[in-house]
Amino acid sequence: MTDALNTHASKPVLVLAVGNPSRGDDALGPLLLEKLESGLPALDSIELLTDFQLQIEHAMDLQNRSLVLFVDASVAVEQAFSLEALSPERDDSFTSHAMTPAAVLAVYQMVYHEPPPPSFLLSIRGEAFELGAELSALAVGYLEEAYQFSLQFLTQETEHKPILAEALMEGKY
Amino acid sequence: MYEHLETAENRAELKRVVVDPVSRVEGHGKVTLLVDDNNIVKQARLHIVEFRGFERFIQGRPYWELPVLVQRLCGICPVSHHLAAAKAIDQLAGIDPDDLPVSADKLRRLLHFGQVMQSHALHFFHLSSPDLLFGFDSDISKRNIVAVLAEHTDIGLKGVKLRKYGQEVIRMVSGKRVHGTGAIAGGMNKALSITERDYLLADIDQMIAWSQDAVALIKQVHCANLPYYDEFATIKSNYLGLIKPNGALELYHGGIRAKTAEGDTITDHYDYCQYNDLIHEEVRSWSYMKFPYLLSLGKENGWYRVGPLARVNNCDFIDTPLAEAARVEFKAHGGQAAMVHSTLAFHWTRLIEVLHCAESIKLLLNDPDILGGELVRQGEKRYEGIGVIEAPRGTLFHHYQVDENDIVTKANLIVSTTSNNMGMNESVRQVAAEYLSGHELTEPLLNNLEVAIRAYDPCLSCATHALGKMPLKLELRSWQSEDLLASLTKHSDGRIEHARI
Repeated sequence: MTDALNTHASKPVLVLAVGNPSRGDDALGPLLLEKLESGLPALDSIELLTDFQLQIEHAMDLQNRSLVLFVDASVAVEQAFSLEALSPERDDSFTSHAMTPAAVLAVYQMVYHEPPPPSFLLSIRGEAFELGAELSALAVGYLEEAYQFSLQFLTQETEHKPILAEALMEGKY
Repeated sequence: MYEHLETAENRAELKRVVVDPVSRVEGHGKVTLLVDDNNIVKQARLHIVEFRGFERFIQGRPYWELPVLVQRLCGICPVSHHLAAAKAIDQLAGIDPDDLPVSADKLRRLLHFGQVMQSHALHFFHLSSPDLLFGFDSDISKRNIVAVLAEHTDIGLKGVKLRKYGQEVIRMVSGKRVHGTGAIAGGMNKALSITERDYLLADIDQMIAWSQDAVALIKQVHCANLPYYDEFATIKSNYLGLIKPNGALELYHGGIRAKTAEGDTITDHYDYCQYNDLIHEEVRSWSYMKFPYLLSLGKENGWYRVGPLARVNNCDFIDTPLAEAARVEFKAHGGQAAMVHSTLAFHWTRLIEVLHCAESIKLLLNDPDILGGELVRQGEKRYEGIGVIEAPRGTLFHHYQVDENDIVTKANLIVSTTSNNMGMNESVRQVAAEYLSGHELTEPLLNNLEVAIRAYDPCLSCATHALGKMPLKLELRSWQSEDLLASLTKHSDGRIEHARI
């Protein structure tokens, strides 16, 4: 096999947002990506990808990356957004058409027999997910907060990102 | 058949078991069983618990937005909605299917083959192969793609890469992985470049070889477990789908062919624009999903199944050689019967279609028409358009009416899974009656219900998702008092908790 699918001319940083733009706050991920596309000073080293939901083949998008930031709406976040470091996890999302980021990392590990790149999940709080609904009023604010953080996170030097992430998780950000 | 189990007579005296949600299907469905004191099943139903409101979502929009907009109805088969909508708005732009530019027609077919291939690959390797490779009653921690990758690495990897290849076909043809704008009213908005064509050609022979391996695998699994695989969840039904004018299997455009369980023709090469005279939909109070039926046979006998099993059963042949050879083998396994009714044979036929898609993609990639030529044609505006295609899960109908300002005033969609509603319910009742009735209801036994439903690859909802949802919880309650009698919970780590109150 020529394996064209595996010869990925990757940019070192991948931002992978998931969500349906027409299902209310499920659009938070894709909308953050839109803002980043116009707000980031340069996209030479950052690739922005969006999809409705995560699937097994997204493991192949993680190849040759030094950092991956997953972005998703979440009903489980209490503040505007949260950031967590990810590690491969064989969770129950394997029983669904939609996988969790940790499950995608587990597939990566199984497929490539190596640890996945350093990966984080940015969860933005969502309130309502009806088909055809606009972004909820509260989510508009959450999106802006998550955007400001993402800008800072993605424009830091790579080696500083874990420090920033840790500070955020400890409430220091 | 098992329709007597749709509604029990003495409901107040029965216990209730709920499988909610059904896992490894798209969307939210639940199964309820009513059982008596001896666990004899008296009633079994698959309910759809989310109302989608597709039509309301579409009405009020300008029609030229629809091919992009309708992709958001479903995260699993957005391209199917994209193409069905495009076919409908072709008519609004005054273009009938036969008048579509040759290049546009071939590019749409290429897009569609990529979509069917990736959807079928996901379903088989990711969602169904754990059941098929490890057994329906296997430990729940094994029933997932990671376990397949660990113990059957080669099979798991092929699944991931077949899926990825199909996605790449979609990306090359429509310009983007999701929300692509490939099909527009009257044609396509771009041809394939030589670079894009060569990128896809580089791996297509490998994809064909892997598709052959997949067909060989499912044949081996199916035939190694005869007669069980031919009997599990099996029901006799009518079958419906599109067909080529020469009787070959068709996925993108053709007339409707419907056959009876015995293989007799109900209708053939029927113009789908007259679908309202062929199919009606019945509403039942206990489910949001309607029950379509063939008008000529009536509500009771007119229900039918769609999807890969229906298509392979209905067609006279497949017009790519490897898939045709696989079809002949498949039909032969059932002896002299005109139709194969095994519900688990959906898997086998699904993989025959993957092989057909891979072969067809290669043919199209070697066709110079996909590299340029006329891409769009416009005619005289019309006020009504109907587009029908064979989506991975079966026949998909999009029907729109517009006003003088090109705004959609009326929309009607019949999605594939709706056509399989009665079939899935009958399969659930068959499994409940033949495999569960009289036994204590354990998680592995209840998984049998889900195996039956998953064979249809149902898409029960749209692409919404949010973190933090519980995937599976079963409750056994008293039908009279609603008191909880027992529960079964699947935790995030796959651990099962069984509590008896």
